[in-house]
Amino acid sequence: MRKFKDNMLRGLLWGSAFVSVAVLVIIVGYIFYKGFSYISFDFIFGDYSPTGGGGIFPMIVTTLLTILISLAIATPIGILAAVYLHEYAKQGRLVRMIRFATESLTGIPSIIYGLFGAVFFVAILKLGMSIIAASLTLTIIVLPVIIRTTEEALKTVPATYREGSLALGTTKLQTLIKIILPSAMPGILSGIILSIGRIVGESAAIFLTAGTVAAMPTSIFSSARTLTVHSFLVTQEAGDIGLAAAVGIVLIVIILVLNLSATYISKKLNKADY
Amino acid sequence: MTMIVSEASIFNSTTSATTDTYATKIQVNDLNLFYGEKQALFNVNLDIKEKEVTALIGPSGCGKSTFLRTLNRMNDLIDGVRVIGNIHIDGENVYESNDVIRLRTKVGMVFQKSNLFPMSIYDNVAYGPRMQGIKNKKILNEIVEESLRGAAIWDEVKDRLKSSALGLSGGQQQRICIARAIAMKPDVILMDEPTSALDPISTLKVEELITQMKKDYTIVIVTHNMQQAARISDKTAFFLNGEVVEYDDTNVIFSTPKDERTEDYVTGRFG
Amino acid sequence: MNIQDKNELEQQISKGNKRKYFLESLSSKVFLACALLSVISLLLIVGFVFYKGSNPFITGGYSFFDFLFGSDWVPSEDKFGIFPMIVASIYATIGALIIGVPIGLLTAIFLAEIAPKSVAKIVSPAIQLLAGIPSVLYGIFGLAIIVPFLQNNFGLARGQSLIAVILVLAIMMLPTIVTVAETAIRAVPKTYREGSLALGVSQIGTIFKVVVPAAKSGIMAAIVLGLGRALGETMAVILVAGNSLIIPTSLTDSVRPLTTNIALEMGYAAGTHQEMLFATGIVLFSFILILNFVLARITAKGAQ
Ligand SMILES: Nc1ncnc2c1ncn2[C@@H]1O[C@H](COP(=O)(O)OP(=O)(O)O)[C@@H](O)[C@H]1O
Ligand SMILES: [Mg+2]
Repeated sequence: MRKFKDNMLRGLLWGSAFVSVAVLVIIVGYIFYKGFSYISFDFIFGDYSPTGGGGIFPMIVTTLLTILISLAIATPIGILAAVYLHEYAKQGRLVRMIRFATESLTGIPSIIYGLFGAVFFVAILKLGMSIIAASLTLTIIVLPVIIRTTEEALKTVPATYREGSLALGTTKLQTLIKIILPSAMPGILSGIILSIGRIVGESAAIFLTAGTVAAMPTSIFSSARTLTVHSFLVTQEAGDIGLAAAVGIVLIVIILVLNLSATYISKKLNKADY
Repeated sequence: MTMIVSEASIFNSTTSATTDTYATKIQVNDLNLFYGEKQALFNVNLDIKEKEVTALIGPSGCGKSTFLRTLNRMNDLIDGVRVIGNIHIDGENVYESNDVIRLRTKVGMVFQKSNLFPMSIYDNVAYGPRMQGIKNKKILNEIVEESLRGAAIWDEVKDRLKSSALGLSGGQQQRICIARAIAMKPDVILMDEPTSALDPISTLKVEELITQMKKDYTIVIVTHNMQQAARISDKTAFFLNGEVVEYDDTNVIFSTPKDERTEDYVTGRFG
Repeated sequence: MNIQDKNELEQQISKGNKRKYFLESLSSKVFLACALLSVISLLLIVGFVFYKGSNPFITGGYSFFDFLFGSDWVPSEDKFGIFPMIVASIYATIGALIIGVPIGLLTAIFLAEIAPKSVAKIVSPAIQLLAGIPSVLYGIFGLAIIVPFLQNNFGLARGQSLIAVILVLAIMMLPTIVTVAETAIRAVPKTYREGSLALGVSQIGTIFKVVVPAAKSGIMAAIVLGLGRALGETMAVILVAGNSLIIPTSLTDSVRPLTTNIALEMGYAAGTHQEMLFATGIVLFSFILILNFVLARITAKGAQ
């Protein structure tokens, strides 16, 4: 009886794993199958033409711009906020409040960020539907991610390094710059890579703040589409599954490269830790 | 800056000429320390003499490290620590001064376990001077060599200064830690059980080094090892439950202590 | 070196240190400001959404009860009832939970405990990768495969339906649940397993009686994360939901969850209509808070 139940459960485990893997393989397989024939040099580097065909270069540029702008703002602020929480703050009410705030921010669905951005950045700050409005919205989305991963990374720096450095008559700031941040770097970098993934994957918040213009942005105040929004729109508006899947392939490859580099960086830097 | 460092080293070597009784270097008056509500030091009074080795002994948890860390204000790093009482070093009140940096450059510290940074041997030793603003390569080279010689490890590492400090053995690492402290040209060096994680041979090397260093530095060392205290120190303070029970010449403490509790402890009857 | 020289020397050092202390206090203030900025952005977002969303009920004379329980959403006629959307969101999330959570957890257990090393080594990172790909892609797959499949095999007029939403969300949250739960299960100390196995409990028995309970809080976190993703998902859902404004009575009904409503109408909404979309956001936000709270309670109770 016992044996029978064990075997049942074992079968269930194998079965579930099989279903999960099969479904996911089918999805990725389908996207590659549908989209592969579209992929070419012209597709990646060509300009988009709404009359059919055309490349995705404007969307790639837009995606890169949103990543650059939002990280340029969120990375320094996020790292320094984490430094404050972990290295400077007396662990009391204020810190608990800040932690609570950052954790709550992580849980908010991106459509709500989009709602906020669409009125606050787009309308009230008069930035219009634009790359900059989307990037500022994305900044708030990734800020808690960077704060949390940096804090985790700071936790791994041995307390003895801090003591050793301070006992030599250095300031906290010197200790931070020369000892603590370098030791925490692998963790911080993987947090940044995670944030890039989040930005690349984001759709709703960008859809509401950057708009849908399918052309090469001329400035950060242009309305434009990122790759993810593009794959959504060609599906919804034109029903062009093949094109959407081709964009999907590009997205999957980007995420794959990000994941691999995160793994590589943390391994490499951990080793470089002598 | 560079001038300052070389003058400081002259200062160290010239004063070492004097012998016999030295001036009081550190004067501790009615020192009490609280971790939050919990009191860890009770009315500590000690006069520590210049260019002597002072050993702090006592059962674990009696406040030796806590006391040691008041001397360079490392306790400031812990939330909720309160200090009442006075410590004067060279006549200057440590807890009234607001220049902790200067205090810590003057009072170096070596920890229980080597805490070298994940950098090369050279960079570890040059770290402190660099943070003081010394950039000149030649001067840094000199300081590093001088400090490594001072820590009696120059010959062992001179060919691998650029390789990782964490690749060295425990005993070597601890001596690099001492070199790192010496590089700041301190007057006082605090050591918190510096040999407790070392094998007997490395321990002897460090002890030998401490004995040599006595001519240049005032050394305060916490040790669990009674023989070590007897071998290397001039004065010994016996701590119990946050109080100094007895403080005297080391040979007095180990041969004819006045307090029964001291006798019990040094003869190994408790602790 | 005489005493006077030494004093001079110390003064010189002190002068250098003044700059350091200045930088020290300046930098700590900058760091504090950065930390406060995250609080400010939260307060700004929450405050803003609540301010905008509550405006129609406070100054516009609209009834909050009618908003929550009204079944008509016709902005042009000034009718704002989101009950159908609330029902759609709840059904879709519960449906995804029923399908996605067991499969996800069992897969995580399989990968952490049963799978041959060589298998886990390939499958785990692959699933982790899939947790990171844009959720829109799941929607595109749903529209391309699941929707026509439903349409053709169940004789529906349109394949875009509650069940299509549930399937897409369940698939989408699988990688998240598997990845987080697997990490939690792997973190259970070996000694737990050895202790149980030494008592003669079978491997399967050990997994379900010892390992899984020990990993409970991590598993709960996985479920919260997965459900949060499902509840908040927007663009993938738009593609497969059909977006009809009816209270769903069967799995094959076309639905419009809360998130979708915001995304579809935000582009052109103005005035009260726009504020009602913020109010929809408040309801969504409250659901997320309730979800976190309920699961935190379950975890806390289990821990006692
Ligand atoms: N950071 C701290 N917070 C609270 N109590 C502490 C802390 N550090 C040490 N103590 C307490 O102070 C007492 C003295 O500790 P310590 O100085 O480390 O003893 P020793 O070095 O003699 O073993 C002990 O009771 C210890 O628990
Ligand atoms: Mg101690």
